[in-house]
Amino acid sequence: MLGTSVTWGDITFMMTGAGLTLAITFWAMLGGTLLGIVFGLIRSHSPWYVNYPMGAVLDVLRSVPLLIQFILFNSFQSIAGWGMNPFVVGCVVLAAYTSAFCTEIVRGGIQAVPVTTRRAARSLGMNWAQDMAYIVLPLGTRVMLPSWIGLTLGVMKDTALVYAIGVIELLRSSQIIITRKPHEALLILAIAGLIYFIVSFPVSRLGAHLEKKWREND
Amino acid sequence: MLNINYTFHWNQAFQALPQMIDGALITLQIAVLSMIIGIAIGVPLALAKQSSIAPLRWFANVWIEVARNTPALFQVYMIYFGIPAVLQLVAGLFGIDFRALGINIFYLDSYWAVLVGIAFNNAGYLAETFRGGLRAVPATQTRAARSLGFGAFDAFRLIVLPQMFRAVFHPMTNQMVWAILMTSVGIFVGLNIDLTGVTQELNARTFRTFEFFALAAAIYYVIAKIVTGGARLIAWRLFRY
Repeated sequence: MLGTSVTWGDITFMMTGAGLTLAITFWAMLGGTLLGIVFGLIRSHSPWYVNYPMGAVLDVLRSVPLLIQFILFNSFQSIAGWGMNPFVVGCVVLAAYTSAFCTEIVRGGIQAVPVTTRRAARSLGMNWAQDMAYIVLPLGTRVMLPSWIGLTLGVMKDTALVYAIGVIELLRSSQIIITRKPHEALLILAIAGLIYFIVSFPVSRLGAHLEKKWREND
Repeated sequence: MLNINYTFHWNQAFQALPQMIDGALITLQIAVLSMIIGIAIGVPLALAKQSSIAPLRWFANVWIEVARNTPALFQVYMIYFGIPAVLQLVAGLFGIDFRALGINIFYLDSYWAVLVGIAFNNAGYLAETFRGGLRAVPATQTRAARSLGFGAFDAFRLIVLPQMFRAVFHPMTNQMVWAILMTSVGIFVGLNIDLTGVTQELNARTFRTFEFFALAAAIYYVIAKIVTGGARLIAWRLFRY
């Protein structure tokens, strides 16, 4: 290919890695978002003695390198004898990490809805669940969605670190090929970078577009 | 569910604490240097992105988009493997073949790869932050400065920049914490003197993975808190008025 020693086999190998990157991103976002919604609701509806400790615990997840979290949880689960495979460990840790960020997004979205609007809903006879579903959710989504898209992109980039626990995702697969063919390092990395870019650039543009469009309607 | 058949050896980890603190200082050093370089490049990048000269704008766009849309580890790899490869390519154009000369350089020194890679990443993110900060400074400020006799550069340096830094101080603090956490990827390019690297070396010697990395996590947490706390103090001192 292009007069180099990089073969189609190598490209397919990297594509498999890219598939794994996307799979981990998907599961981590799914778990992280669900947890984040639950935590966000708890944090915005609970008294300080629940809110503060919870915030502190979630803050730890954001103040320790993700790489260390992967290694730490991986060694913990083997000490505890859970025998999880590296892919599952990667998804679990990344979902917990994501939930810490998602909690803040959800909390910010709920707080962005004016209290007066919510009181109006309640005085119209809506109960708490209706207020949440028909008032807070549509209004809060405008604030939350752009940051949530940003978070998705961040998580996709962070999947590169599952390397540490032996999952062969996109970057690890490129590194394996580089070890075999060090003279092609630049080309292989360029292909890996291109794959990341092709996935993340349109999504980031979509986020920017939504943010702009929704701001115009305010 | 939790049936742990394992004795934790925390003592071993605590005995290694001085070594790990030394590593933490290297981590901090890389993060601070990468931030200084990042700020120094980020300001011109933010200006270039708004420039009326198209090639400048493209250059800034490519830098910013690559920095923001690819993993930090990828960027470090790009420096680590990529720069020597580019050097060989350029040398090849001049008819110099490193391999024929018996020189086999495939990697950059890992300390520099991490420093340059994270500085590249910081510059891209900070450029976007600065662009937002510049927008927060009203154009009338520049005009007022110019009408008071400031030159274009002086007006920017003495009037616009200080106000911009005030607006972006908090996001910059976040970026600093990010930079500290990002240095941990150095382990993938063989950096063994920063906190993660030192921890990994100790781990390879003793196989007490959990104890050592738990201690490393605690140190990272403390550093992150010191940085955010310190930044809050500085902000309080600087922006009282």
